[in-house]
Amino acid sequence: MPHPSTTPPLVSAAPGGLAIDVGGREPLAMIDPWRPAPLAIITHAHADHAYRGSERYLCSKPGKGVLQTRMGKDAAIESHAYGQPFRVEGEAGAVEVTFFPAGHVLGSAQVRLRVLESKQPADDRTWVVTGDCNFSAREANPNPTCARFQPVACDVLLIESTFGLPIYRWPDPREEFEKLNNWWRMNAANGRTSIVMAYGLGKAQRVLAGLDPSIGPIGVHGAIETLIPNYEAEGVELPEVVHTTQKARKGLRGVAMVIAPPGILGSPWLRSFGSTRTSMASGFMLVRGRRRWRSFDHGCVISDHADWPGLLGIVEASGAKSVGVTHGSSEPLARYLAQTRGLETFVVPTRYRGEAEEETASNDAGEGD
Amino acid sequence: MRAFTELYDAIDSTTATSEKLTAMADYFESASPNDAAIAAYFLSGQRVLRTVPTKLLYGLTLEITGLPGWLVDASYAQVGDFSETIALLLPDPGKGSDASLTEIYERSIVPLATSDDAARRAIILDAWREMDARQRYVYQKLIRGGLRVGVQKKMVVRAIAMAHDLEPAIVAARMSGRMDPTPEWYESVTSEDAGEDIARPLPFYLAHQLDDKPEDTLGNRGEWLAEWKYDGIRAQLIVPHDPHHNPPMLWSRGEEDVGEQFPEILAAARALPGGTVLDGEVLGWEGDRPAPFAFLQTRLNRKAKTAGQLPMFDERRIVLRAFDVLRFEGKDVRGVTLRERRNILAYLELPAPTIAATKPVEETTWEGLASLRETSRERRVEGLMLKHMGGVYGIGRTKPGDGTGWWKWKIGPMTLDAVLVMAQHGSGRRAGLYTDYTFALWHDGELVNFAKAYSGLTNEEIERVDNWIRRNTVRRAGPVREVKPELVFELGFEGVQVSTRHKSGLAVRFPRILKWREDKTADEADELASLRRLAQQ
Ligand SMILES: [Zn+2]
Repeated sequence: MPHPSTTPPLVSAAPGGLAIDVGGREPLAMIDPWRPAPLAIITHAHADHAYRGSERYLCSKPGKGVLQTRMGKDAAIESHAYGQPFRVEGEAGAVEVTFFPAGHVLGSAQVRLRVLESKQPADDRTWVVTGDCNFSAREANPNPTCARFQPVACDVLLIESTFGLPIYRWPDPREEFEKLNNWWRMNAANGRTSIVMAYGLGKAQRVLAGLDPSIGPIGVHGAIETLIPNYEAEGVELPEVVHTTQKARKGLRGVAMVIAPPGILGSPWLRSFGSTRTSMASGFMLVRGRRRWRSFDHGCVISDHADWPGLLGIVEASGAKSVGVTHGSSEPLARYLAQTRGLETFVVPTRYRGEAEEETASNDAGEGD
Repeated sequence: MRAFTELYDAIDSTTATSEKLTAMADYFESASPNDAAIAAYFLSGQRVLRTVPTKLLYGLTLEITGLPGWLVDASYAQVGDFSETIALLLPDPGKGSDASLTEIYERSIVPLATSDDAARRAIILDAWREMDARQRYVYQKLIRGGLRVGVQKKMVVRAIAMAHDLEPAIVAARMSGRMDPTPEWYESVTSEDAGEDIARPLPFYLAHQLDDKPEDTLGNRGEWLAEWKYDGIRAQLIVPHDPHHNPPMLWSRGEEDVGEQFPEILAAARALPGGTVLDGEVLGWEGDRPAPFAFLQTRLNRKAKTAGQLPMFDERRIVLRAFDVLRFEGKDVRGVTLRERRNILAYLELPAPTIAATKPVEETTWEGLASLRETSRERRVEGLMLKHMGGVYGIGRTKPGDGTGWWKWKIGPMTLDAVLVMAQHGSGRRAGLYTDYTFALWHDGELVNFAKAYSGLTNEEIERVDNWIRRNTVRRAGPVREVKPELVFELGFEGVQVSTRHKSGLAVRFPRILKWREDKTADEADELASLRRLAQQ
């Protein structure tokens, strides 16, 4: 369904983020804006998608707790259940917005958009913006700490591509967790503290859910601890954790698994655990150079983003004829989809590198390019 | 293959030498002699006879995955390692192969050397079919010519010694020289009573870098031998007991037999008594000082057959400057003091001028030596060597606890400030980051490329430079990014030679980054003329 070039697209890349436009002077709303906006629709609470300072926020119901923690208690946040359409109105028209689970982290949402009313001729296609997403055709639910990705039919799909290269095919997460637990067991037997680096929102809780608490105590860094109540409030079951206060660290030394954000690598905080071994939980750990670069002793290939088959599966399931690609290896994925699926594709520029950047806390090839 | 792949992963996943050693020792202890020999062979940095060209593997990968070439290229750019890229792209990694390393070696590696392309394709496809992703990765490393897993031969020596409860020095002596991936070879290395063969080089004793003033750390000048530090090829000359039966041999520190490249040294060595082993430096010599390193280089690269045919009129010649003796009349003299070994060297009446002992630098005070050291560049030497006269000849880089030992007291490298003009991805642990830089100097108001350099920056600096490169790219050509000529780096290098192969007309040796000069702008960088002046010294 070629889009008539006379009407502007419903969603477009604007200086401050993705703009939803039905022809007015100002966009109707912004998706994941990095500048304060009157109305911000947030796909999920990661730092590169949710910024402070907007007047009003819209997000999914299970995502409200973590978003509120991150945006501050005074932020005006309105949440909607997955699959429940709601209306967003402006001076130039109205749009129907529906959130669907994106499978990325707690509360992460795909955003489906349709024009309901507009004063000028409008884009009549159905759009879906995936935000960061994770989908596996193989696993029933690869991530027990959030709702499973749900395919949504649309005409135009805006998809992320953090791992948009065919080298990325995730191993079975159960096997990866088994390896991580064995590694912990071995370190504990040798009197070493195991440190696993995981991004504070989502990855850390997913790692936590995969650990075997019978091996020893589990410690969490303060940055991760603050989000655990939000998970508990949404009914996600997580093992008991010890907070890594100075006093508690003594009891953790040599036996515990400690989950910490990647930024603490090489810090005095880390050194206070005595003899340590470090691991990193990230899809990038599939690549040897990424493990060796930071001299991680171990790499845990656990990702909250779809791998290559996952991305292709999402595109296929959507039935979209037009696909915009953003965040990561956008050029290769767009070109591949055009070449092999005959789709109309385009690259959506982003200002920020993906959250995967923060996962590895290092610069990343192909991103931000 | 399963155990060897696990060993590879174990070595690869730790930075601690002790853990790498334990992993290797465990492997050697439980592996069959044949598996152990093959593992030792490749871990020591040996390569297959004929490597499989990347093109062939690339073609097979496209065929099997059905992916377009540009997408494989984009994947490679992110992985930074071709063997790994293939392993990550190939479909259906199964349960993995249970075949032994020997079986894989004989079935899927050795035949590659003698097969045509069609047969090689079939062999590789069969191997891929039975292997899982990790095994495929290790297999690719082996057939493409090198494991490169951060293990040196001396670590393999120590691991084998640990596994078989042998003296590392004995294993080192047995393993120097030729290695074979055969059980016979492995048994000869690990057997209790293998006779020590004099034709094998002994482990070289290595010097440590002296960073402080010698008067502060080395004590009394009178106890130390000072010699010029030559920039040649460190070599061991071995004259067996019966030189007529067993010809002399010349081994480089890389444990390569370099005798064929320097036949005049072997010829002169026939005048030495049997059972002599000398340690020294092979050099080009010109008048009263070494010839530029380039002269030696041409001889090293020359094919063995033509090596002896030097033009008669060339006044430069090849010499061995001997500075130590390790065997005398067949006896190992490494355990006696340097003072005694130098006496033996004098007693030997070396066949000068081709083989001669180094002359001690007689300056009697540290201050005097320090100022003499400043003349190193004119003398075409790298500085001074300081060796304790009371010290024994050690093994490798071991530091004796008694304050003896060898020290290299080098002059600072030549330095220039150069402009970063191009960058490329690094490989291995730096994959995905721009770490391979090309530098330029000014010439008639234009920047002329003159050197590539990699190491020297801290991780934090590398990340900042990488970030800068991404934001300041002016042109991309394949993996190479041309950047705005803005960043200035201080480069150090060991020497400069005139070169017709370089656009700048000059080639630098061992260029490396000393410092990121954030205080300088591009127009403050050096001129090509400064480099030319250094070349003329
Ligand atoms: Zn995210």
